[in-house]
Amino acid sequence: MTDKIDHISRQKFMEELRRYQKGSVTRRHFLGVTGLGAASAVLGAAMPGLIPRPALAQGIGDRAILATWPNYHDVTNFDAFAAETGATVQVNVFGSNEEMLAKLQAGGSGWDVFVPTNYTITTYVEQDLIEPLDMSLLPNYDPASFDQRFAGPGTVDGKVYAVSKNWGTTGFAVNTNNTGGTTPATWKEFFERTQTDFSGRTMVHDYQLTTIGAALKAFGYSFNSVDPAELAKAEELLLATKPHLFAISSDYQPSMRSGDAWMTIAWTGDAKQMNRDMPEIVYVLGREGGELWSDFYAVPKGAPHREAGYALINFLLKPEVNVKEALFHGYPVADARVNALLPAEVLADPILYPAADLLSALEFGAAATLTDPNRAELMARFKSA
Amino acid sequence: MQRRLTTWLLLAPAGVWFAVMLVLPLCFVLVFSFGMRAPAGGYVPAFTFEQYANLPARGTAFLNTLTLAPLGTLLSLVIAYPLAYFLAMRADPKWRTTLLILVIVPFWTSILIRSYAWIFILGGQGLPAIIEWLGFGPVRLINTPFAVLTGIVYGYLPLMVLPVYVSLERLDKRLLEASADLGAPPLRSFLQVTLPLSLPGVATGCMLVFILLMGEFLIPAMLGGGKVFFIGNALVDLFLQSRNWAFGAAVAVTLVVIMLVTVSLYMWLMRRMGGQRDDMALM
Repeated sequence: MTDKIDHISRQKFMEELRRYQKGSVTRRHFLGVTGLGAASAVLGAAMPGLIPRPALAQGIGDRAILATWPNYHDVTNFDAFAAETGATVQVNVFGSNEEMLAKLQAGGSGWDVFVPTNYTITTYVEQDLIEPLDMSLLPNYDPASFDQRFAGPGTVDGKVYAVSKNWGTTGFAVNTNNTGGTTPATWKEFFERTQTDFSGRTMVHDYQLTTIGAALKAFGYSFNSVDPAELAKAEELLLATKPHLFAISSDYQPSMRSGDAWMTIAWTGDAKQMNRDMPEIVYVLGREGGELWSDFYAVPKGAPHREAGYALINFLLKPEVNVKEALFHGYPVADARVNALLPAEVLADPILYPAADLLSALEFGAAATLTDPNRAELMARFKSA
Repeated sequence: MQRRLTTWLLLAPAGVWFAVMLVLPLCFVLVFSFGMRAPAGGYVPAFTFEQYANLPARGTAFLNTLTLAPLGTLLSLVIAYPLAYFLAMRADPKWRTTLLILVIVPFWTSILIRSYAWIFILGGQGLPAIIEWLGFGPVRLINTPFAVLTGIVYGYLPLMVLPVYVSLERLDKRLLEASADLGAPPLRSFLQVTLPLSLPGVATGCMLVFILLMGEFLIPAMLGGGKVFFIGNALVDLFLQSRNWAFGAAVAVTLVVIMLVTVSLYMWLMRRMGGQRDDMALM
C-alpha cells in the first residue's frame, strides 16, 4: 500500500507540503490507523524536481529511508536536509515497536534509519538486527550533553547501538468539559470512570505494553509485570471495562478532537498536540505510576543507503534542527544543548516535563514485557472478547 | 505438437506466477504452522500440533467472521439484486453504460480512504447528530458491529452487482415473452424464469464477496474501533504484534481450509444446478 506521488508538479507538491505543515496530517493518520507495516508515506523521493542539485560531491546517495512513528517529525527539516545533502527523506510510518521488529525480523526492510524505543534495543542487538553506530559519522552527537537516564539504553555491552531521539511518558488525556469538575488522577479512577460516567467514551491503545500496563498500575502492580496472578487481575479489569470502551486504537487524536471520545491512554506528544489546539484536553500521569520511555535513532544491519542514514541522524541531532523538531511534535529532548534553545514556557510545561514526584513513580518498559507471549495472548483475548 | 508447445508457452507466465506467488508461500505457511514461536518472536522449526490445539483461543474471531461475513454477503445481495435487475432489464440502454460506470466509480478511490470517510459519517458529529437533531435520542453508530456491517456492504456492493447484472443481461428475453404469452403473471415469470436463470450470477457474486470478507481486517479495525475482531485482525496481530508466526500460520491454514470447503460446496451446487459452465466461468 505504498502511497507514491509520482510525476507531481512542483506547485502541487508545495501545496501538499503546506497542508502537512498546517497539521492536516490525515495521510499519516490513515497509515497509522491501519497498523500496517507496509503502509508508507513517501514524502520526497518521487519528486526529483525538488532536489536543488544532486550533491554528488558528498556521495551519500539520493535518498534516506526512515521508519518512524506518526506525528514525530517536522517535514521542513527533511526539506532542509534534502537541500543540504541532495538526499530526500522517505518516511515509513509505524504503529508499534512489534511491527518494526516484525519487519526487521522478516528481512529486507530497506530502511536506513529507524526509531526504536528503549525496551527493544537489547532484542535488536541479540537478534543481530542493528549495527553498532560509527560515532565518527555522528559528530553532532555529544554524549556529555545527554541525560543518561534517557540516552543510556542505547548502549549495550559498552557499544553505542542507538542515539537518543526523544523521551516521554504514557499517561492519559481527558477532556475536562466532560468530567463534571473532578478529573481522574489515578489509573484506578481511569478504569472506574470508564465503567460509570465515561461509559462509551474511553479509548485504550491497541498496544499490549501500555494497555495491560495501565490495568496493572490500577492495582498498583509493576507496569512490566509478567506474573500470572497479577496479569489475571489485569485481564479481569480489562474484560469488565471492554463493553464501556469507545475503541481500542492507538490513533486516538481524531476521536478526541471530534468529541466522540473523552478520555484516552496517551503519549506525551499526542497529549501536547491536542492540548495545544484544545486546552480543555489535559494530560494526567496516573498517581500510581506508569511508563517512562525514550526513543532512539538506530541503523539496521544492511541499510541500503547507510551513509545517507547516518547523515540524516547527524542532521536531526544538530541542536538548531532538533529544537524545531521538538517544537513541532511536543516531545521532550534529552539533549541539554537543545533544552537551552527551547523557550522557557516549553521547559515549564508540565505535560512535557512532569513534576519530579510524578516522574519518579514511572518505570521504563522492559524487553521481556514486549516479547512476553502471555501478555500477547491476554491482549488477543481482550480484543476478541 | 507445435500447438501444444504454444499452449504451454502461453500458460508459462501464469503458471510460474501461481507457483511462486501462491503455491510456494502456502507451503511455507503450512510448514510454519507445525513450528513454534521463537522466544523473542518469529519462528523456530519444530513438528508439533500445539498451534492447532490452541485454535480455540481465536474461537471468537472465527465466530465473528463466520457471522458477519455471511450476513454481509446476504445484505449485499438483497441490496444489489434489485439494482442489477434495474440496470439489466429496466434502465434505458442509452444510460446503461453510464450507470454501470457509476457502480464502479467507488473503486477509483482506495478502500482505506473511503472507510476513513465513514468514520466521520458515522461519528458523533455525522449521522448521529442529524438523528438527534430530528429528535430521536442519542445514538451511537461508530465502533459498533452495525458500523462494520455498513462498511462491508458499502465496500463490497459493486462486486455483487456486476456478476448478477451480467447473468441477468445475458438472459434470453424471449423466455420472458414466452412465459407471459403462456399466461404467467410478472411475479411468477420472475420466480420461475428470471430468478433461476440468474442464480449462477448470484452464486458467483456471493462467492466473491464472501471469500474476500473472510479475510477482511481493515473495515473491522477502522469502523469497529478495534472492538470487532475478525480472523483477519487476529492474523495481523499474530504476525505484526505478538509475532507468533507459528500460531498465525495455523490460523491462516484453518482459514484457507474453511474457504476451500466453501468453494467446493459452491462448485458442487453449481454442477447440480445444471452444469451451466459458461455462466460459471463468467467472472
